[in-house]
Amino acid sequence: MHELGVVFHVIDNIKEVAEEQGITHVEAVTLRLGTVSSVIPEYLEDCWKWAIGREPLMTDCRLAIEPVEAITYCEDCQTEYDTIAHGRTCPNCGSEHTYLLQGNEFVIKDITV
Amino acid sequence: MARVIELNKSITDSNDRDAQQLREELRRRGLFLINLMSSPGSGKTTLLSRTITDLKDDVGIAVLEADIESDVDAAHIESLGAVALQVHTDGMCHMDAGMTRRGLEGMDLTDIQLAFLENVGNLICPAEYDTGAHANVMLLSVPEGDDKPLKYPLMFSMVDALVITKTDTLEYFDFSIEKCAERVRRLNPGVQIFPVSAETGEGMDAWENWLKSHLE
Ligand SMILES: Nc1nc2c(ncn2[C@@H]2O[C@H](COP(=O)(O)OP(=O)(O)O)[C@@H](O)[C@H]2O)c(=O)[nH]1
Ligand SMILES: [Mg+2]
Ligand SMILES: [Zn+2]
Repeated sequence: MHELGVVFHVIDNIKEVAEEQGITHVEAVTLRLGTVSSVIPEYLEDCWKWAIGREPLMTDCRLAIEPVEAITYCEDCQTEYDTIAHGRTCPNCGSEHTYLLQGNEFVIKDITV
Repeated sequence: MARVIELNKSITDSNDRDAQQLREELRRRGLFLINLMSSPGSGKTTLLSRTITDLKDDVGIAVLEADIESDVDAAHIESLGAVALQVHTDGMCHMDAGMTRRGLEGMDLTDIQLAFLENVGNLICPAEYDTGAHANVMLLSVPEGDDKPLKYPLMFSMVDALVITKTDTLEYFDFSIEKCAERVRRLNPGVQIFPVSAETGEGMDAWENWLKSHLE
């Protein structure tokens, strides 16, 4: 399952920061998660509960998820549109010369220690 | 006192660093690592088997087998004349640099110049995790259809080479190599494309020459 691997990566990153800064316990973590980032928030939360149980550094650590809306840009008519509603095809001119501006983020925004 | 530390760190950061380190280490040891990715059943193990048979007299080859869907196991690959190891991914949907490193450390790579990682059969997750490979190769089999690049743009845009497999079945499927190549090049102008049949051997030469061109 993808989400479990992702949770391990989040925990690895946090352990690295904790070691650098001499942090002994992390109380909460905020993630910024793009709405087209290939991660399902509900699964992520389930995996989180399981994975933090194995990490003394993160016992009972809370997880907050901030969604980042997906926006695509059309190169032909130079407009922006909602990726979830229209996908790769521009709703304004029908072009497929489009690219994602934001929405695939997967970022650890902050931690509370 | 609770205190908030701003990180704004992408979760693949630490993996990207591990991958870069592994890539440099392997290069220093004279080892070229290729990350093979595809949907389950696209023909990774079959392509590897034929490649090993063709090249084993000239090149020392190792295979790190991470695809649980594999029909042919590491023992079969070894019987063809390569070093092979099956790694257990514990249900993970991709290999990362740390797992790749641990797998390689479990093999005797003394006389090896070319190593393959057969990644987990999946077109989404492996595209997001750098394994430390020197080249990323994707396989797309003819029965999967020439419109796959439209559905999995990230995978198609990040690979160095695309192998279109099972070309011996072209007459049974509505698959246009030209159309597929055009779609892929729009996402990835520099990509190498190799249509092959591991069944008949058609196209294997071009693929194997490309492999050899990376070896010292
Ligand atoms: N006709 C044909 N079948 C192939 C070819 N390559 C692989 N196959 C078949 O496709 C199936 C899956 O192949 P496999 O190598 O195990 O795929 P993997 O899951 O990507 O490792 C097997 O039944 C193979 O015999 C090919 O070039 N032509
Ligand atoms: Mg296989
Ligand atoms: Zn437009």
